[in-house]
Amino acid sequence: MKQTLYDKIWNDHCILDNDDHSSLIYVDRHLIHEVTSPQAFDGLEIKNRDIWNKKSIMATTDHNVPTINRDQGITDPVSKIQIEALRENCKKHNIELYDLDNLKQGIVHVIGPELGMTQPGMTIVCGDSHTSTHGALASLSFGIGTSDVEHVLATQCLNLTKEKNFNIEVNGMLHPYITSKDLILYIIGSIGTSGGTGYTIEYTGETISNLSIESRMTICNMTIEAGAKSGLMAFDEKTHDYLKDREFLPSSKYYDDALKYWETLISDSGVTFDRKEQFNANDIQPQVTWGTSPEMVTSVDECIPSSDSIDNEEEYVDTLAYMGLEPKTEIKSIDLDKIFIGSCTNSRIEDLRQAAEVVEGEKVSSKIKQAIIVPGSGLVKAQAEREGLDKIFTKAGFEWRDPGCSMCLGMNDDFLQPYERCASTSNRNFQGRQGDKGRTHLVSPGMAAVAAIKGHFYNVKDFMNEK
Amino acid sequence: MKSKSYNGQVIPINRDNVDTDLIIPKQYLKSIKKSGFGPFLFDSLRYNDTATLDSNDEREENSEFILNREPFRKGNILVSKSNFGCGSSREHAVWAIQNYGINVVIAESFADIFSRNSFKNGLLLITLESETINEIIDSSLSSNSYILDVNLTEDKILLPNDKTITFSISRSYKDRIINELDDIELTLRNKDQIKNYENQMKLSKPWLFNNE
Repeated sequence: MKQTLYDKIWNDHCILDNDDHSSLIYVDRHLIHEVTSPQAFDGLEIKNRDIWNKKSIMATTDHNVPTINRDQGITDPVSKIQIEALRENCKKHNIELYDLDNLKQGIVHVIGPELGMTQPGMTIVCGDSHTSTHGALASLSFGIGTSDVEHVLATQCLNLTKEKNFNIEVNGMLHPYITSKDLILYIIGSIGTSGGTGYTIEYTGETISNLSIESRMTICNMTIEAGAKSGLMAFDEKTHDYLKDREFLPSSKYYDDALKYWETLISDSGVTFDRKEQFNANDIQPQVTWGTSPEMVTSVDECIPSSDSIDNEEEYVDTLAYMGLEPKTEIKSIDLDKIFIGSCTNSRIEDLRQAAEVVEGEKVSSKIKQAIIVPGSGLVKAQAEREGLDKIFTKAGFEWRDPGCSMCLGMNDDFLQPYERCASTSNRNFQGRQGDKGRTHLVSPGMAAVAAIKGHFYNVKDFMNEK
Repeated sequence: MKSKSYNGQVIPINRDNVDTDLIIPKQYLKSIKKSGFGPFLFDSLRYNDTATLDSNDEREENSEFILNREPFRKGNILVSKSNFGCGSSREHAVWAIQNYGINVVIAESFADIFSRNSFKNGLLLITLESETINEIIDSSLSSNSYILDVNLTEDKILLPNDKTITFSISRSYKDRIINELDDIELTLRNKDQIKNYENQMKLSKPWLFNNE
């Protein structure tokens, strides 16, 4: 019987089928961070349970950490307790921790692939919904809650009900300066934030094949914003090239066998999916969200839609009131206060290069109160500095920070003040996400960079043509 | 089978896409405990000011928000619309709902990770048609008291107008809530199968255990 990529990885990890339609699925890699793990370790302690496979776990500090003045330590006492708890738990159980003093520390979804912890065909879990990111390397990866973190620590397994198969096929060419961020925002705008609920989405088509692995990660990352826990992409030559020389790859003894297996990680040709949608990349312009859900999105050259095009009028009115915007406002006329380039969606070296290309020789507008760039990991930061990108940013008036989740969710000191408006390369524009009463517009790195220079939204494609 | 039912006032949240940032904002995720989140449930809607985990200041309530109004304040059955619990995987959202004293959430649909976290904590989620949801929301908003009787043993909800609604729920979910099962203990009953699988994989995909 023909199988999808999802079917293959699922079947390869299925230990047994339970009688309630769920199956016991083995977990190859478990990534942990400070926010969703302390209660799980506590649970083990209470029941006096051991960790099943310590070597499958990789820990980092990211959600809560300062991105500035790290030499002063963590000044927020509550954050400090949480980070200390992770340190103690890792020390006690002998788990590898990439802590603040380690060059390889960074956002869990950036460092997993970067270090080669993420490998094709693996099942990967983490107490964070953006674990879907790792699917770009043909691994079945999804976010779990803290009870499941505890369950995986104790058993190396999860009892899961299989999702349905959803294929999103994208063909055509993305225009220059239009990125995979624009593509995934466009897709979410089309299928909605619950469009993928109950499905695993596999992205296929020539547009996806032509994207770099880092660009593919941005799409899988935001798959959760379309309601699906996992996004998947087939293994190909680009995946292979990306993996080469990563630290934790299979040793040379096993590499050829691993590669042979990885090459099978594609959906069988002619396989039937439960649902299929097609998109044309030629249609896509730079996207900007205007509301408090990622599906509230339009092209930069458009206006905020009128209430006629919206199902729930009450929600529309509340949303615009929260965002401090009027119906039919031109997106390009919206002024900004802050710029955030970072997060597990867009903080990799290619994202920073895109932003730097826009910023080079320019200045951040005097209307912008703060523009920060937060690399996804210490290794990304070091690479950017080798390429001189940090100089381009700081010369223009951006702040160049240390790696972490930062203003994507504002658990550390990087957050919006009430009513501040931010062009952000992150993944969620929910009410209060970046700070109480803060207003978030999701965009690509290039679009965020242009917004910093202009002080308002502007089409990055036009900007680069005029430059 | 043991019986289980919940009886109480409805708290209507009349909107789609109630996300986990709305249910419990990030500043409270710094706790290393599973309790104490109740006062911060729907924090940004419920209060005019902001707080931190360690602040003991009196909060300024937003009198318009449903949880600050009678009879909803003491409600224990939350009713909302589609895609409830979307967004992050934070289980703190489920803990906050339970810590507040809510036992049941009824909605048109739920986000996947939130559903799973609810299941794990024994928070009962019930999916109903939008027509019924609208009836419950509208009636509860216009009544001094609107009490539902949720009978998990018989999969039935009794409305105040004596109408009975049947809901469907998976057997394992029901067992989990009624018998308060320990999932880890259940899984560890299959310890030998897990070990066998692992040993097989060490032979067929040795690179997965490369760093041992």
